[in-house]
Amino acid sequence: MRSPLIPEMATQEVQLNETLAHLKSESESLKSKLEEERAKLHDVELHQVAEKVEGLGQFVMKTRRTLKGHGNKVLCMDWCKDKRRIVSSSQDGKVIVWDAFTTNKEHAVTMPCTWVMACAYAPSGCAVACGGLDNKCSVYPLSLDKNENLAAKKKSVAMHTNYLSACSFTNSDMQILTSSGDGTCALWDVESGQLLQSFHGHAADVLCLDLAPSETGNTFVSGGCDKKANVWDMRSGQCIQSFETHESDINSVRYYPSGDAFASGSDDATCRLYDLRADREVAIYSKESIIFGVSSVDFSLSGRLLFGGYNDYTINVWDVLKGTRVSILFGHENRVSTLRVSPDGTAFSTGSWDHTLRIWA
Amino acid sequence: MTINTLAKGGWHREQMTCFQKMEKVIVAMQDPDMGMKMRNQRLLITVIPHAMTGKDIIDWLMQNYNINEEESLHLGGFLVQYGYIYPLKEPRCLVLRPDESPYRFQTPYFWTSTRWPVSELDYAIFLAKKNIRKQGELMEYEKERYSVLHKRINHTWDFVVMQAREQLRASKQRRKADRIVTECQEQAYWLINRPPPGAPNALDMGLERPSSCTTRMTLWPLNAMICCSNTIILSVRAYVLMCRFVKYSEQYQNHDPIMQGCLPSNPWISDDTAHWTMNAALVPIPTRLRVERWSFSFMELLSDAMGRQEFMMYLEKEFSAENLCFWQACEEIRHGESSKIVEKVEEIYKNFLAPGAARWVNIDSKTMDKTLEGIKHPHRFVMDDAQMHIYFLMKKDSYPRYLKSDLYKSMLSKAIVPQETKKSVFPFVRRQRHSSPSPAQAAEDSRSKGPQAGSD
Repeated sequence: MRSPLIPEMATQEVQLNETLAHLKSESESLKSKLEEERAKLHDVELHQVAEKVEGLGQFVMKTRRTLKGHGNKVLCMDWCKDKRRIVSSSQDGKVIVWDAFTTNKEHAVTMPCTWVMACAYAPSGCAVACGGLDNKCSVYPLSLDKNENLAAKKKSVAMHTNYLSACSFTNSDMQILTSSGDGTCALWDVESGQLLQSFHGHAADVLCLDLAPSETGNTFVSGGCDKKANVWDMRSGQCIQSFETHESDINSVRYYPSGDAFASGSDDATCRLYDLRADREVAIYSKESIIFGVSSVDFSLSGRLLFGGYNDYTINVWDVLKGTRVSILFGHENRVSTLRVSPDGTAFSTGSWDHTLRIWA
Repeated sequence: MTINTLAKGGWHREQMTCFQKMEKVIVAMQDPDMGMKMRNQRLLITVIPHAMTGKDIIDWLMQNYNINEEESLHLGGFLVQYGYIYPLKEPRCLVLRPDESPYRFQTPYFWTSTRWPVSELDYAIFLAKKNIRKQGELMEYEKERYSVLHKRINHTWDFVVMQAREQLRASKQRRKADRIVTECQEQAYWLINRPPPGAPNALDMGLERPSSCTTRMTLWPLNAMICCSNTIILSVRAYVLMCRFVKYSEQYQNHDPIMQGCLPSNPWISDDTAHWTMNAALVPIPTRLRVERWSFSFMELLSDAMGRQEFMMYLEKEFSAENLCFWQACEEIRHGESSKIVEKVEEIYKNFLAPGAARWVNIDSKTMDKTLEGIKHPHRFVMDDAQMHIYFLMKKDSYPRYLKSDLYKSMLSKAIVPQETKKSVFPFVRRQRHSSPSPAQAAEDSRSKGPQAGSD
């Protein structure tokens, strides 16, 4: 005997499909309207305005330090605010804290998982956070007792349902922002491990994030396998802007120092600059001879230079304003997986699948 | 231990992007008009047609992509590493030599992207052929793999041997030059797809992604779009916006150590930490560049501990120091522990907002009412509106006056401009690199000193 509910449910389903179709077409028309409005204002390119700017001379940057000690691919690194210490993590589960200036190792932690893809230094310099295939982000206070096992005081903070791809402390040691292969980003209270806010909107793995250096400091940008870079409001959890011009996964995003724009690096072998006020891409950094993907990007202090670490083992240095490549740096013997400029801009550090880290200046 | 993504048999998306790009280069290199000039190459007594030298490859890449020799060698090296070009002289060594060594283009049949995923059966046939052709021609690792395969696909072994014999028979009927070429092509293909142990695996691409994710609701982007069209100020012309980048770079250029160097020297280059010592958080006399930076924006002033200190002194003179104190207290709520929010909000109310409070801040009535209402149910962002109001008050009013004040001007005039350290006479003698106390150590020390140390 047929249940009387079934015809109703069928009608409901039809209605739902119609609503979805209607919403989809409305979304498409809004999109094209936005493009129209943007096109009206799109009267000049960045490199055109930069024509009158003086060109950059020859760049001489060399490896000044090589940090050896990891037993496998280096996947991630971060600088301490003291401008000389760094934390790095690797495929074999080891997380090491170095004084990069002397190349001494100061602390080492062995994580219970391999592929530690994310690590971050706390603003106070007294703790580090890391995670990867364990789907978690854990905070380790840095103990000065040489005999103490750092893992003893470990605090599990974030819990995702897939691998942790990136993590970053916010302005203090008390909050951590994470991104994950489960397609979400999340903000956590370190002390309690409580989830403060989650960010949904990516259609696939989120691979990277960066916090905005703004005066009211409430936004961050994330990039993912869906080729999108999304800007989020940390308070409400809403995605406030979205950019989709890359042709492949976005491996790295980094804000321009003023906070008005951000750069991204992708597997499509290009870096791009997106202006938040113009709400569009304003520059592409690419060359026909560059075939392999960009794993990580960062700006020099003034924002004039963009450094990209590539999967072809090199670092390309770009003139952000003119869009030209200033220099190519060789040295690593396998792909460059992570790149960060130091807090005072005196150097930048790279980590590579060749098991080493290098400091360039 | 690498996570073997090839075992899953799926197309690895990242590799496909690279393959497509490399194939584009290869096709361009073989273009009848603009491509490379190929010639016959002599290999011992045989003449191989359609070959080129390593030097030819490098020259062509240099010319066509406008790159220097080092970069060209690097790029060409990848074309060989990925099997698009293979060496004739030393077929086991997939390296590009910038000399007269002969190379050939790999036939598309043997491109890694064409024959994916790699077939175990094909590998077995390849090894069998080698084995039959010359007993003992298999390398040690190939012998091991051969026996492993023999065990694993034992049921089809007759087929494997039969195929191997057939292929060998067919190849005997070809000209020697063609035979050599085909052998090289096949060898190159297997060197890449089944590299010898210890050799760098060109196809190692790390973790597979994306991981199995359900497709997310397509309604989210719609949400974003609606927000976009409401919040973006589309009336700002692109020209104005682009100029901001130029202006920012110009303003900060002198402060960018990588671009302009830093005084007295870059610690990473000279091994001298003087630059860091002079620019420590709190110093008796700051450097000139640092004080100049405070004038770039209010945020620059506030993010520098010393700048904040100076600004506080100025505000005290003007009897408006409570504004900065209030702002700092609000920051502590926003970025502090969740558990301390309630008590901190109470403190702020007592000190800054309550009628007759000791350090009462001047907020407009609308914001004050909203804040007082919010305090009844305190949360992390309850002070946001009030904090922003005071921030912009300081930014628009006190900050510009501070920059014109004697306090700032005198700080600027007595600020240090360090002497550039001349490169040492004996550049080979490396300075001793001194270690510094770690931040964790400093925190421990101040804790152990206790309350007598006083607060910063």
